Amino acid sequence: MTLLSLQGLTKAYPGVVANDDVSFDIKKGEIHALLGENGAGKSTLVKTIYGLVNPDAGVMWLENNIFAPAEPRAARAAGVAMVFQHFSLFDALNVAENIALGMESPPPLREVAERVRAVSDQYGLPLDPDRTVGDLSAGERQRVEIIRCLLQDPKLLIMDEPTSVLTPQEVDILFQTLRKLSAEGTSILYISHKLEEIRALCERATVLRMGKVVGGCDPRETSARDMAELMVGSALQVPEKPEKPFGDVALTLAKLSAPAPHQFGTALRDISLSVRRGEILGIGGVAGNGQDELVASLSGEMKVAREMVQMGSEPVGHLPPNARRARGLCAAPEERNGHAAAPDMTLIENALLTGNTRKKLSLRGFVKWDSARDFADEVITQFDVRTPGATSTARSLSGGNLQKFVIGREIMQNPDILVINQPTWGVDAAAAAAIRQAILDLAAGGAAVIVISQDLDELMEISDRFAALNEGRLSDPRPARGLTIEEIGLMLGGAHDLEVAHVDA
Amino acid sequence: MIILEKRANPSQVWAFATPVLAVVLTMIVGGILFAALGKNPFVTIRTIFLDPLFSEFAWFYRPQLMIKGAPLVLIAIGLSFGFRAGVWNIGAEGQYIMGAIFGAAVGLALYPMELRLIFPAMVITGAFGGFLWAMIPGLLRVKFGTNEILVSLMLVYVAEQLLASMALGAMRNPDGMGFPGSRNLAQYASATSWINESAGMHWGVVTAFIAVIFAYVTLARHMFGFQVRLAGQSPRAAAFAGVNPQRLVLICLGVSGALAGMAGLFEVAGPAGQISIDFNVGYGFTAIIVAFLGRLHPVGILLAGGLMALTYIGGEIAQSNLGLPGAAIQLLQGMLLFFLLAVDVLTNYRIRIGGTA
Amino acid sequence: MDLSSINPILLLASLMVAATPILLAAIGELVVERAGVLNLGVEGMMITGAVCGFVVAVGTGSPWLGFGGAAIGGALLALLFGILTQYLLSNQVATGLALTLFGLGLSALIGQGYIGIKAPSFPDWHIPLLGDIPVIGPIVFQHDPMVYVGLILVAAIWWFLNKTQGGLVLRAVGENHDAAHALGYKVIRVRLLAIMFGGACAGLGGAYLSLVRVPQWTEGMTAGAGWIALAIVVFAGWKPWRLLLGAYLFGGVTVLQLNLQAAGLAIPVEYLSMSPYIATIVVLVIMSSGRAPGSLSRIFHASR
Repeated sequence: MTLLSLQGLTKAYPGVVANDDVSFDIKKGEIHALLGENGAGKSTLVKTIYGLVNPDAGVMWLENNIFAPAEPRAARAAGVAMVFQHFSLFDALNVAENIALGMESPPPLREVAERVRAVSDQYGLPLDPDRTVGDLSAGERQRVEIIRCLLQDPKLLIMDEPTSVLTPQEVDILFQTLRKLSAEGTSILYISHKLEEIRALCERATVLRMGKVVGGCDPRETSARDMAELMVGSALQVPEKPEKPFGDVALTLAKLSAPAPHQFGTALRDISLSVRRGEILGIGGVAGNGQDELVASLSGEMKVAREMVQMGSEPVGHLPPNARRARGLCAAPEERNGHAAAPDMTLIENALLTGNTRKKLSLRGFVKWDSARDFADEVITQFDVRTPGATSTARSLSGGNLQKFVIGREIMQNPDILVINQPTWGVDAAAAAAIRQAILDLAAGGAAVIVISQDLDELMEISDRFAALNEGRLSDPRPARGLTIEEIGLMLGGAHDLEVAHVDA
Repeated sequence: MIILEKRANPSQVWAFATPVLAVVLTMIVGGILFAALGKNPFVTIRTIFLDPLFSEFAWFYRPQLMIKGAPLVLIAIGLSFGFRAGVWNIGAEGQYIMGAIFGAAVGLALYPMELRLIFPAMVITGAFGGFLWAMIPGLLRVKFGTNEILVSLMLVYVAEQLLASMALGAMRNPDGMGFPGSRNLAQYASATSWINESAGMHWGVVTAFIAVIFAYVTLARHMFGFQVRLAGQSPRAAAFAGVNPQRLVLICLGVSGALAGMAGLFEVAGPAGQISIDFNVGYGFTAIIVAFLGRLHPVGILLAGGLMALTYIGGEIAQSNLGLPGAAIQLLQGMLLFFLLAVDVLTNYRIRIGGTA
Repeated sequence: MDLSSINPILLLASLMVAATPILLAAIGELVVERAGVLNLGVEGMMITGAVCGFVVAVGTGSPWLGFGGAAIGGALLALLFGILTQYLLSNQVATGLALTLFGLGLSALIGQGYIGIKAPSFPDWHIPLLGDIPVIGPIVFQHDPMVYVGLILVAAIWWFLNKTQGGLVLRAVGENHDAAHALGYKVIRVRLLAIMFGGACAGLGGAYLSLVRVPQWTEGMTAGAGWIALAIVVFAGWKPWRLLLGAYLFGGVTVLQLNLQAAGLAIPVEYLSMSPYIATIVVLVIMSSGRAPGSLSRIFHASR
């Protein structure tokens, strides 16, 4: 029996057709995957169902009634709930208040808190309603979202990339919760680009490419490779990894500790590691476990004690970013817009942003704009950045292209040590492959590389050694080859505070 | 339904057109206001915006334009650096007063000695006075995270009280028969800032032009200018690029304080002549309008300073010839800033008038 | 100097009066800032309220209507700020400053013909029973009604923010406007209402100056009171009850320095007059705590 039927949904934005005649059905109680690359139109489609976007054409039917929510409120009232990719939570408010905000005419907060306790018991999602959301881990924050949805008794639950912030164990628990919901008759629209997950969880999949439905399949019976090709539209290239012996130790962290830089930050505790020339160290971990702080203390944005960071044998922990760049350490933070790049500035200016020191783009404080432009052009050409030109602003670029520019900018400076946080977050498959290849090439050329990522597949693909970050502590690095997913899960800290869902209800 | 859509790149055309559009809108709405006050709107607008430049008495008003414009431009140039970097020095008026007090103190202490070095020394101490006054909010922000907007503003009121106490006490002219106010510095050959009074030339005008050129080069070509712009747009990216935010706060406040202090000294040793309770006429606040109207760009500020000076002089003419209330001019200036902020949306957003969407 | 001329009971009683305009303006701004908007135009809205209130009160002879007019005048000016910042997406700092400059000019223009006139009197309430309590009575219970309106407003805002659904939504909008939008709340509508409420409160505060405290109209009579109200919001860490403390602290310094001036203290008048401003700075430095609303002064633009 069909719960939601989409027929001919079309939504165009200036310059791009986000959804083009999209039609498919979601059955009652089914876990339905919506699959597609970044920019394929998944978000727009989901926002249409949730009432945040009005389609230009097409109709939706919910249980045989026309369904055209003008706003999220109407969608929620009709039984559609959504867990967002970027959490729509309020850091300064507590769990109960956050949940009340997602409800229609919520009861008094005390009653909300009681219902939170009840639902969290029922589904094995422990959560204290009085805690401030800003203090919660990423996994706990997601639970707030899920419980917020469950309290509405939804007919359809939309989950947008829910596992990107979870450890493997947390993913297992989430899947059990979802299966239980599905068994109770709730339909789930599950959006992801992680194929193995979809194969493990979903019963049906619809694939979007360039805004169009390009096919459907039963993920349990289709190989990940076939689905990927459906999604991308062409065969994928797997990066090549040359075998070469490592050189000297290029970077050492010696008991690196630092207090949390702000209220909702993470303190770094006793992190020790060393990376050799030619080696790639992959650091995994759930977001918010100290990744940003680790990158900041390596790039020089956060100063630490001298001896805590050493390049070769030189202590550099006290040095600011440009002094470290001069010595050969470059970094690329996670957030592209506003951290790695200034969104309102041109690519030329963004090239100058980190390139000044190593590429000598200024003389006695005066900027050599011609050299800066040449450097920007070089990055654009070498890394195939799609843009009208170097005078475009950073924010005019798509996420993937800006990421290529940012990574390219650092790699083209020929660093001895490169630190990258989330190299392929929100980047389409082709660009991601290109970025990974560039990282491998840099290491092959003798640079020491640290890659921090939440994408374990990516880390396994390119890392020589692997370590996990958990609550500001780093596990001992181990050779990446031969690590099993269970071992990685344990290194990530496991599901220390989770219980397995009671499947007795 | 009207929908705003963010432009991928800011519109170059609108960046230049918006200030002009704002002036035109101000003239239109100002005209309506003048009509409501019972004045002929066309005559009033002409009197304010054109007469100082083109009437038969323009030879008298044109030097005035430089005299009024110079402090506005000088202060606004200083403010523009901070405003670009997200450092909001709203207390330029206070720094202006303190510059005047500090600088005048040197001149008054050395009276009646005649020495070439006296005026340069006054300029330096004047700049130092403004700098010092601006360092208070600067250091408090850097050390304690105190909001510099509020502190710099509170210090305006403190400076005004200090000025009153100076004019009535420590700096009162001993030969002034008990009248409030200091000796006249403009008539003290070693301390005057006049170069040619009848042409409206004083050292403040010269300094304002130098400041414009200096600021232009810094913003366009120097790393410091780049860092200022970067810090204002993306503080995190600036920290990543190695900009020290605390140093930037101090430099921005220091520069704007020193320039405002200098402006105060040039004024008190020239056009105003003496330290008196009300020698300051709000240039420190009007300069904020000038800075924004000039889009925080040095050349823009030069033009905006000229325009604002025009409304001051034109306003005075309209006041004496047409009986236009002085407050109407203040209102007109505020309106100008409002319209500029309103039409600025066109630079960064595209307006779409769509049916559904 | 004669310190014995200072009557401590009168001092404390006038403290409440001196604090009221600041308190009124500050409670409005607190709501605005909790909604995520920084309106630096409090000074401009206060002075506009002062003149509107005065003009209406003189015209009608009723101080109550005067306060009503002041609230409307302040709210209308605030609406201008709201349209610019919420619909035309202008910078809140710059627009707030523009509002202050504009308000100063506007009020001077409106108030031209009213200089030197006296406001209709606004008698104090002598609250029965409570007002007769010795010492406490004269200090707390023998004021004009607006003093109590201010106190009730603080209590009402505390209740609204912490105990009602509307308050929760307002806090949510101020904390993370993107998330609030994603949940379907009308960010701009909530903010416009908050901005207008803030303007009305600032207007009341201004009118209290021109109708009760001075009670006359003079140009620029707010003399920085709006800025001090802004400072007190920061000092209070965006919490209504602490606002009360800040306003009374400021009122105390003001009243004390006035009394010392009257008593002929050997310090020049100018130095006493600057003390409230210095006290505000000191308080900002040593007492600022609390976390600003997450979206404060950020521009909200609902993209696709």
